[in-house]
Amino acid sequence: MENSILTIKNLDAYFGKTQVLKNINLSFPYKKVTAIMGPSGCGKTTLIRCLNRMHELTADADYGGSIFLGDVNIFEKNPITLRRHIGMVFQRPNPFPNMSIYENVLAGYTLNGIRLTRLERDSIVQDALQKAALWEEVKNHLNKKGTFLSGGQQQRLCIARALAVKPDIILFDEPTSALDPRATTHIEELIEELKKTVTIVMVTHNIAQAARVSDYTAFLYMGELVEYNSSERIFTVPKDKRTEEYLTGKFG
Amino acid sequence: MKEKNIRRRLIKDRLFLILIGVLSLTALIPLIFILGYIFRNGIRVINWDFLTQLPQPVGEETAGGIVHALVGTIIIIGLSFFLAVPFGIGTGVYLSENRNTRFSVIVRLCVDLLMGVPSIVVGIIAYAWIVRFQGFSALAGSIALSILMIPMVVRGTEETLNLIPPSYKEASLALGVPYYRTMLKVIIPSGFGGITTGVLLALARIAGETAPLLFTALGSNFLNVNIFKPMHTLPLLIYDYATSPYKEWHHIAWGASFVLVIFVLVLNIISRLVIKKWKIQF
Repeated sequence: MENSILTIKNLDAYFGKTQVLKNINLSFPYKKVTAIMGPSGCGKTTLIRCLNRMHELTADADYGGSIFLGDVNIFEKNPITLRRHIGMVFQRPNPFPNMSIYENVLAGYTLNGIRLTRLERDSIVQDALQKAALWEEVKNHLNKKGTFLSGGQQQRLCIARALAVKPDIILFDEPTSALDPRATTHIEELIEELKKTVTIVMVTHNIAQAARVSDYTAFLYMGELVEYNSSERIFTVPKDKRTEEYLTGKFG
Repeated sequence: MKEKNIRRRLIKDRLFLILIGVLSLTALIPLIFILGYIFRNGIRVINWDFLTQLPQPVGEETAGGIVHALVGTIIIIGLSFFLAVPFGIGTGVYLSENRNTRFSVIVRLCVDLLMGVPSIVVGIIAYAWIVRFQGFSALAGSIALSILMIPMVVRGTEETLNLIPPSYKEASLALGVPYYRTMLKVIIPSGFGGITTGVLLALARIAGETAPLLFTALGSNFLNVNIFKPMHTLPLLIYDYATSPYKEWHHIAWGASFVLVIFVLVLNIISRLVIKKWKIQF
């Protein structure tokens, strides 16, 4: 496999006594889109939430194993600095309701108490919104509340917010499942565009979406990694029977 | 047969609507009478002197005013505000953040119990713990009032924050924002309207409290701004003057009632405006 930026080694994850991830080994290639797909409850969201250590915020969540960002084990890193390297976009768009569009983009700086000059702020906002393909639509409403936008625009605002702090990796947790088909297409095109600058890991339960946008696909079933390969191979010649059955709609 | 049944149902619907309309109007009648009565009796004595002068001895030409009680009310209420708000909001945030731990269940129970403690009992406690050692003072009064205020602020804060979707907290944490900054800069500001409303309504409630102040702030006929000395407030003045044998003083009591009602009304209106202005769409 090409040079990878993030490597999961023997990862187990638990909620209380229930084990939701079993001995996952996986590595994410640099500046590629990797999709994690699988039926509901297979642990894909838990997996992605382990990557920026959001999993441990849930009460009685636990994990074992290690995840390496470069050659540092993220579980030995401070989660706060880790999360500045690994951004996240959630299932439902969640721009901060108390902030304008402009402030939302800058939230990663202002909330962390980082002071910027007016010029730096303006350029970060414009740059992030352009990368998120939202600039043209909002450049005249930067002072309106983020919640004033449509669902798809809000999601792109959240992507801009994640991009603004210049992370190495962005995690997408089913980013289009709350959006209509047109907004979905928009986000998918955007993800294709973004992989020029960042590594992307996305969770989806939509098989077609994984096939459309990802370079690599991991198939997760009942907490186990069943198969991981380039999307081309997974979708044309799956090795495991379960993958084949999932892709042909026998379950899930 | 069917036609008839439907008509009967429609009539019942109509009757039910009329019934609840009449009942709610009846509930309003006492309020309208009370407000009207206070207005009629109070407005007569209100003038600039009434708001800026001290009371005159009985038999003087002018009855004087209530400036000492007005200033006292503002000082005591203001002080209670500063005493109650940090504890109230802090506890509310804690309870909303830790909903089911053993400690938070106990705290919530205590807050509910505190809300049910009669105000005069709080006054006696403040007397026993503070006044017996330090003497009567406005500060003791403020402490008693803030004890009454805390549970209302706690509940208001907790209920407001419980309505804020957890996804905002996640969004902030995922940006690498530490927990304390997430709470201070995202979650509490998102609930600002609701929290402020809770605080203002709590202030309106304690503004009319008399019982706890009888044992603590005591009252004073002089204009006093020293919080370590006895001080007058509007409810105390009303209590004093309404139970006095002098007709002039009764007028003053009515005037003070009028001012107090206006004060509470203004707080209520401000809280409505706050709800409107800081209403946040999720």
